[in-house]
Amino acid sequence: MTPRIRVCLFGFGALVVGALLLGGVDGLPPFGHYRGPYGDVINAVAVDERHVTNMATAVNFDYRAFDTLGEEYILFAAVTGLALLLRQGRGEIEDEPAEYAADRRVPPHGDALRGIGLLMTAVTVLVGVYVVLHAHLTPGGGFQGGTILGTACLLVYLSVGYREFRAVSPRWLLDGADAAGAGAYALVGIGTLLASGTFLLNVLPLGTTKSLFSGGMIPVINLAVGLEVAGGFILVFTEFLKDTRKPSEAKRP
Amino acid sequence: MNALVYGALVLVALGGTAVVLTRDLVNQAIVLSLYGMALALLFLVLQAPDVAFSEITVGSAALPLILLVTIAKVRERVP
Repeated sequence: MTPRIRVCLFGFGALVVGALLLGGVDGLPPFGHYRGPYGDVINAVAVDERHVTNMATAVNFDYRAFDTLGEEYILFAAVTGLALLLRQGRGEIEDEPAEYAADRRVPPHGDALRGIGLLMTAVTVLVGVYVVLHAHLTPGGGFQGGTILGTACLLVYLSVGYREFRAVSPRWLLDGADAAGAGAYALVGIGTLLASGTFLLNVLPLGTTKSLFSGGMIPVINLAVGLEVAGGFILVFTEFLKDTRKPSEAKRP
Repeated sequence: MNALVYGALVLVALGGTAVVLTRDLVNQAIVLSLYGMALALLFLVLQAPDVAFSEITVGSAALPLILLVTIAKVRERVP
């Protein structure tokens, strides 16, 4: 294919896609005009029905909790697949990253970096726990809080080092959190099915609106999601960081 | 639409263009992180704080970090 034909083909494709895109944008409702009834209905009834003040959480972990279960297992399957690919196979050993090779001198992290990093880690853990626990009251939730807890561990890696990062997030803990979180969500579903005959029906006592213990089942499965996301997220990062090789192969420089 | 939304939209457009135009991989990961921040700001002014939260942690911290680690690993092998 000559460059000339390629440009012609691209021009034709760009024109068609551009026209479709412009037509689609033209058909959008005006900015700020919400047409669907569901959002307005949720806003009107969710506080009374579920005793929570974060509508996004009410939708995610109650009204469409079954969809969220599916999303949780998408994440779980993705993390499991990644671990299957990158974790050491038979005859391979897990090794530290190349910066710990004996012939390689990496300048040690300065005291200021370590001090500020650890301070930031403490603040980040606090924010992460807050965001997970207050999912039904303020913006955020298990997914957001879980990833914030994950970045706290990454801060340990960035400011102190790989060995300390692995020490604060050992593999048994990450595997356990990921699996326990995913399993707990399904168990809550089965529990509600046995108790009420409906999968993921909010059968727990709803409590007082705006208090930490309110919303019935919502904080419970939110906590499960937080656990799973935090564990899975750090697990992904660990698998990317560590070095897996056959004992016969030389350590990479 | 108010000035805040316009400002955030302009930032997102500039950020996306900057990510595409940055050729060096390490720099691109950093610019991608800034672009994530711009997107999070847009979500925030559009009153979607839950999504903004996710975008900040995933788009501007987790994804660039995983990219940086991957780039470092690939460079180890090809000196």
